[in-house]
Amino acid sequence: MRDRPLSDKPLVVCDRLAARYPGAAAPSISSITCEIKRGNRVALLGPNGGGKSTLMRVMTGELAPSSGEIELFAGRPALVPQSERSRLDYPVSALDVALMGSVSRLAWWRRPSRADRRLALESLRRVGMAELAGMTFGELSGGQRQRVLVARALVQDSPLLLLDEPFAGIDAPSAELLTVLFDELAAEGRGLLIATHDIEQARSWDLVLCCNRVQIAFGRPSEVLTREVIERTYGAALVALPGDESLSILPPHHHDHGEQR
Amino acid sequence: MIDWLTEPLREPIVVRSLIELALLSVVGGTLGCWIVLAGRAYSAESLAHSMLPGLVGAALLGLPLIVGGAAGLVVGAALISLVGRIRLLGTEVAVSVVITSLFGAGVLLGLAPSTPAGLNGILFGDLLAVGTTEIILAGGFAVVVLIVLVVLHNTLLVTGFDRRQALAMGRSPGPFDLVLALLLAGATLVAVQALGNLLVVVMLIGPAAAARLLTARIAAMMALAVAIAWAASLFGLYASYHADLAAGAAVTCALVAAFIAALLVRALRDGFRGGSRRRGRAAQSRGLPLQSRRA
Repeated sequence: MRDRPLSDKPLVVCDRLAARYPGAAAPSISSITCEIKRGNRVALLGPNGGGKSTLMRVMTGELAPSSGEIELFAGRPALVPQSERSRLDYPVSALDVALMGSVSRLAWWRRPSRADRRLALESLRRVGMAELAGMTFGELSGGQRQRVLVARALVQDSPLLLLDEPFAGIDAPSAELLTVLFDELAAEGRGLLIATHDIEQARSWDLVLCCNRVQIAFGRPSEVLTREVIERTYGAALVALPGDESLSILPPHHHDHGEQR
Repeated sequence: MIDWLTEPLREPIVVRSLIELALLSVVGGTLGCWIVLAGRAYSAESLAHSMLPGLVGAALLGLPLIVGGAAGLVVGAALISLVGRIRLLGTEVAVSVVITSLFGAGVLLGLAPSTPAGLNGILFGDLLAVGTTEIILAGGFAVVVLIVLVVLHNTLLVTGFDRRQALAMGRSPGPFDLVLALLLAGATLVAVQALGNLLVVVMLIGPAAAARLLTARIAAMMALAVAIAWAASLFGLYASYHADLAAGAAVTCALVAAFIAALLVRALRDGFRGGSRRRGRAAQSRGLPLQSRRA
């Protein structure tokens, strides 16, 4: 891990947070008690349907908590949704999509300014997409689209980024680029909550939040990622691969996360 | 040839129709793009048909069509939202049921012996009867549409691309949906005198759908949609004059023909580009493994 001071300023604090979708009998998440500070890379682990996206929707304010508390200290976080949800038939360029991030800072009648445009181009450069800024969004590859969505979140310019399975279904070079970028963003003093299925990657980050409808654990990876916690997080989906000392998780339907339109 | 072009213009009726069609082209071309992109073509069509009883009622009472149409729209919208609450039916079923009922009621009224002749005019419009009032109305509405669409452009772009993400970025799509629906209702009202209850939708959907096939950016799509609408209107009106066809129907056919032409152009272009685009994408990614893409 890199040598850098973790600032003490929290960006978000959750205290026994629970949230329920309208009409649902049971809450989708409950007992979430965690804190994300500047400089933290926090892995959000859990099975599909375990409430990872729901927690992010509560943090962006789309869904109100049904009990407990959430406190945001630096405004609205920037969400990078699962890219397979994107509309590919929409007549916009990669730059147009990145620029959309500026609406979080603009009044409803305003258009993006030159400064927003510069920030959008700069953000596309950071995700390695500057040369393809003029391409139509729907014609990009899955990894390229994911990077454009990350650029859009950077244009939102929030110190807290929520990334919903940013590595799902993308090519290896895109994944490497994003991993390096996330390290840089944390080093700049941003907090990142990253939903992922990759436990090895989670071990290299600062904190881990394990969630399977209820919070299973929250803390440093070295303390949290025990066999017991992982099994409780993923249910029975834990698999030991032959000839491999470390545990491997094969989350349900992982193969379904490939390129989807 | 020159005569063929100038002769109709000596008729004030034709000139008025051309002006009206130009204004409706601006409304239909620009607003239509958002309706097509939002996947609202079906509601546009339904809304237009739900005004029929109102229009016929206005004709019976001797009121301006626009008043009856507005009343019809309000009743239609209220009924759709009521029936839409029946959980067992989907919204689409609710819309179909309400629209067909209202449309049937309108036709019944229109064919009653005591109704003055003129159901034709209501169903198919009377382009050549367009007067100064209609032109002023269409002009005023075109200005309103342009102003609203310019002011809301960025918001409509963002909410149309990803509603949930718009919400996550603090821009709730609801109010803007409503504005779009109001503009749509206004457009059908303003255009009904010229194009009629059955044909009004073609001006809103046809040019935008055609432009969607040929462009990859929203501004270009809007400009092309207006151009297509206006060109097809001209063509339809001249054809109507020289071949003695019903004006509204001729314009409608020309708009549909423009859409089919766009479809053919797109198919040809995709055919040509298929091979070269694949090479281009591979080159752009500079060796990055491209994911397989479903067609």
